[in-house]
Amino acid sequence: MALSNVVETPASGFNFENVSRNVALKGLLEGGHTKAPKPMKTGTTIAGLVCKDGVVLGADTRATSGEVVADKMCAKIHYISPNMYCCGAGTAADTEKTTDLLSSNLTIFSMNSGRNPRVVMAVNILQDMLFRYRGQIGASLILGGVDCTGNHLYTVGPYGSIDNVPYLAMGSGDLAALGILEDRFKPNMELEEAKELVRDAIHSGIMSDLASGNNIDICVITKQGVDYIRPYQESEYKDKRQRRYKYRPGTTSILTEKIVPLELEVVQETVQRMDTA
Amino acid sequence: MDSQIKGVSTGTTILAVTFNGGVIIGSDSRASIGGSYVSSKTINKLIQVHDRIFCCIAGSLADAQAVTKAAKFQISFHSIQMESPPLVKAAASVLKELCYNNKEELQAGFITAGWDRKKGPQVYTVALGGMLLSQPFTIGGSGSTYIYGYADAKYKPDMSKEECLQFATNALALAMGRDNVSGGVAHLVVITEEGVEHMVIPGDKLPKFHDE
Repeated sequence: MALSNVVETPASGFNFENVSRNVALKGLLEGGHTKAPKPMKTGTTIAGLVCKDGVVLGADTRATSGEVVADKMCAKIHYISPNMYCCGAGTAADTEKTTDLLSSNLTIFSMNSGRNPRVVMAVNILQDMLFRYRGQIGASLILGGVDCTGNHLYTVGPYGSIDNVPYLAMGSGDLAALGILEDRFKPNMELEEAKELVRDAIHSGIMSDLASGNNIDICVITKQGVDYIRPYQESEYKDKRQRRYKYRPGTTSILTEKIVPLELEVVQETVQRMDTA
Repeated sequence: MDSQIKGVSTGTTILAVTFNGGVIIGSDSRASIGGSYVSSKTINKLIQVHDRIFCCIAGSLADAQAVTKAAKFQISFHSIQMESPPLVKAAASVLKELCYNNKEELQAGFITAGWDRKKGPQVYTVALGGMLLSQPFTIGGSGSTYIYGYADAKYKPDMSKEECLQFATNALALAMGRDNVSGGVAHLVVITEEGVEHMVIPGDKLPKFHDE
């Protein structure tokens, strides 16, 4: 039953060591008048749905840090395995690392066992890990993939709850996106129709949520392979940035010039030979 | 109490009722966050922990899913070691041990019901702190408070399967009608010696009462 993991999983049952650590950390920070650093949240709209031929995942590309857009072309659809991708909402670092860890574990597993990983396995590993950390890892994930048992879409909450669903939206723009999905989703949709529906859902999230915006990425996973279209649609509101800020001499006109020679006196002079060979 | 649950919670209605020859276990299908947002209309709260033993969950969804996962493994292992299907009491005890030993950190309650050769159909409640109780029928979750009167008045020992189905469906419908954090569809599982039968009753097919 042993499968090698990149990180050691506890031997049996539950491990609540981190609870006392978290309580102690909180006391340490608040007692000592220091505030814990605020993690960067992606403030996001992500969506996914299961269609006839596979799974379609979509995401916006804006990462915010407070009121400033920190990254306009952030990649929120993370690679897990050749047949699985995962959209992440919540704290940017947590979603990145969690999906990275999951991807490494699954690669080791498939090398060890000679089998392709299944979507349920990825979901179980995520659930175990997030539950162990009692919600301190702020990662809300949409995991979608195609394996020998079919097309699957799962939601994984930050506390470790999972649900198997045919369509889903998460992040700060989820309510807007969910409205579109609830209205137009049908089981066994055609691929093109599914892509348009996911695009419309993300677009509605972008329009209605301040923390979502910029471009739309779409990832289509089928039995034949993966089509990661980045960007599927670019934002209409693009600015023309110069990008090169070197100016030719003479751009700024010189009004006056005053040269003051500094009087220096040579106090000491030492010569050191360098070997150039 | 429910508003203290962080993350997704199954503010819920769950019940289990024994009848002549088997047991019916049922639940609603709503999962909520913060008591005002329905995060899922179709969540599965009836978890099969062994061939003839089911368990319904209430409280924090993450805690309940983690506990039932660990319990499923332990019950399966126990069954292999004993070379026979586990007793319903054994399954309930496994859940109780997990809940009691981790009572500080967990916020999940369970109803375990099933059939075994030794005692036939049985129902056990495992409460939040780890109390284990055996009863002929039991109701649980936030929606159960609205149907204690109905359940006490209408339950009869040794019902037939059809009577019991009607009792369970009515109870769930009444609770879902009054409790805002219970709703969706009604899931019912009938467990007998012969096997397991899963029924889903969509919201519009549930029995309607005087004011609907």
